[in-house]
Amino acid sequence: MTKRIRPGQLVLLLVALVLAAVWLAPIAWAVATSLKPETETTKLPLEWFGSELTLDAYRLVLGTGGIVTWAINSTVTAVLVTFLTVLLSAMAAYGFARTHFRGRRALLALILAGIMVPPQVLMAPLFAEMVALGLVDTWWAIILPQVAAPLIVYVLFKFFQDVPPELEQAAFVDGAGRWRVFFTIVLPLSRPVLAAVSIFTFITTWNNFLWPFLVSTDPNTMTLPVGLANVVQGTFGLRYAQIMASVVLAGLPLLVVFVLFQRQIVRGVAHTGLAGQ
Amino acid sequence: MTTVVAAPAAAPPAAEAKVRHAWTQHGLLFVLPFLAVYVAFLVWPVVLGVRMSLSSVNIAGTNDTFVGFGNYAEAFVDPRMWRSLWNTLVFTALSTVPLVLLGLVFALLVHHLRFVQWLWRLSFFGPFLLPSAVVSLLWLQMIYPPDYGLINGTFGLDVLWLGDPSVAMWSMVLTTVWWTVGFNFLLYLAALQSIPTHLYEAAALDGAGAWARLRSITLPMLGRTTALIVVLQLLASLKVFDQIYLMTAGGPQDATRPIIEYAYDVGFTGYRIGYASAVSYILFAIIVVVSLAQLRLFRKRAEDFS
Repeated sequence: MTKRIRPGQLVLLLVALVLAAVWLAPIAWAVATSLKPETETTKLPLEWFGSELTLDAYRLVLGTGGIVTWAINSTVTAVLVTFLTVLLSAMAAYGFARTHFRGRRALLALILAGIMVPPQVLMAPLFAEMVALGLVDTWWAIILPQVAAPLIVYVLFKFFQDVPPELEQAAFVDGAGRWRVFFTIVLPLSRPVLAAVSIFTFITTWNNFLWPFLVSTDPNTMTLPVGLANVVQGTFGLRYAQIMASVVLAGLPLLVVFVLFQRQIVRGVAHTGLAGQ
Repeated sequence: MTTVVAAPAAAPPAAEAKVRHAWTQHGLLFVLPFLAVYVAFLVWPVVLGVRMSLSSVNIAGTNDTFVGFGNYAEAFVDPRMWRSLWNTLVFTALSTVPLVLLGLVFALLVHHLRFVQWLWRLSFFGPFLLPSAVVSLLWLQMIYPPDYGLINGTFGLDVLWLGDPSVAMWSMVLTTVWWTVGFNFLLYLAALQSIPTHLYEAAALDGAGAWARLRSITLPMLGRTTALIVVLQLLASLKVFDQIYLMTAGGPQDATRPIIEYAYDVGFTGYRIGYASAVSYILFAIIVVVSLAQLRLFRKRAEDFS
């Protein structure tokens, strides 16, 4: 076999380049607009570069403070949701996969049935519940419902079922208790699958809109997507460079993380996304 | 994975008892923390939602009287409910086809181009990592505006992407395809990489061309993945809300309002949260039916394979 690039490959490459350019164009346009002087953002005919490259829009957006607060809220809530989801789901999945107790099958069925429940259709009762608990406008209102993710339990349950039990049995014989075995043997062994579900959970939480939007009325508790939707349009009105600067600042973190950890993220999303089967 | 560790039966009796004891210990304690959160924030809301959908409760929690199936009866004769349900189905039908087909095309392309993988992944999957609010603001403010928007400005068109009721739903589909096709692309790419290469080598020996290999090996091997992607896509599209709410708020003239947004509008803008629960549960019923159909489909397939 020769390593030469064949004409067929060249055609594929051209097609891929065109499609990639089309797919990247909207993001590039946001960046380009955010770097223009405000007066040139809607100039016709369209130009990708203004008379000068300026960071004014970023300075103004960061100066108003909102976006920094929202980024902190997004980070804290997404990290906490991810940590709690993975810890509680791993414990539950392990309990279901490895121990016997009364009601185990019924509880497992109850949790698996929950995979069919889309969180969106629960917005009214969940909101009423949060009002009753006095949690509206707190981080807990954003966090707790997102931790109740039966899909993650299912993914980890299937994983634990496939792990051969001999290693754990040997540890039991050596006198280790169930909890020590779980935290010092099972969890370290499961690092790849835990990384996968963590990445999946972090991305979905970081990007979640509807639920945080419903329970945040105070700009100080809003996450990035909610702050962006609620405030940026109102505050920056027709100042497109500043709106696009906000868009770039809010969208960039995950893209940068993606470039750095591509393989892990691809695996995390594909693995958990396919877990339905 | 194969293990050569001795079976537990080989252990001495005392150790065996220890293992058996450990096996039944603390099981419920492992499950309880998750279960508490799950019951409080998923099971209970499902039950509460049923109750609310049978009452005239408003968002302040007052006027909570039992109305039986009154809300459902009202929904069934509510033209705006039907319109939003119809919009949801139209969106689902229009978006699923390009999302699945383009995902496949991108994956086939990238799979066959063995260089600069990071660039293709970033281009096609990158948008999926953007929050819906980022996507919506970007397309609303800089891509779709009729005069200085990127599309009309570049191609000299004068399409009212968001203002024309007959176009707006297509615009929602276009943005959604751009935003989320990367997910299906990744699933297809993973499936392509798991096709055993010896199948292709055998076909190449038989003199099969690229096209023949695609038709007789690749596409059949992707059948299961495709079925899965279609179902996941249907379920995702039925739940559409964010980008439509943020770009058109359901307009123009209700042309794009999906059912989740209608539930949101009657519940959180119109304060009739009991009626909103009933509207949500109509969609809930549809989604449960699709999910159960999926379970049946895949269970049957699993049996066929065994």
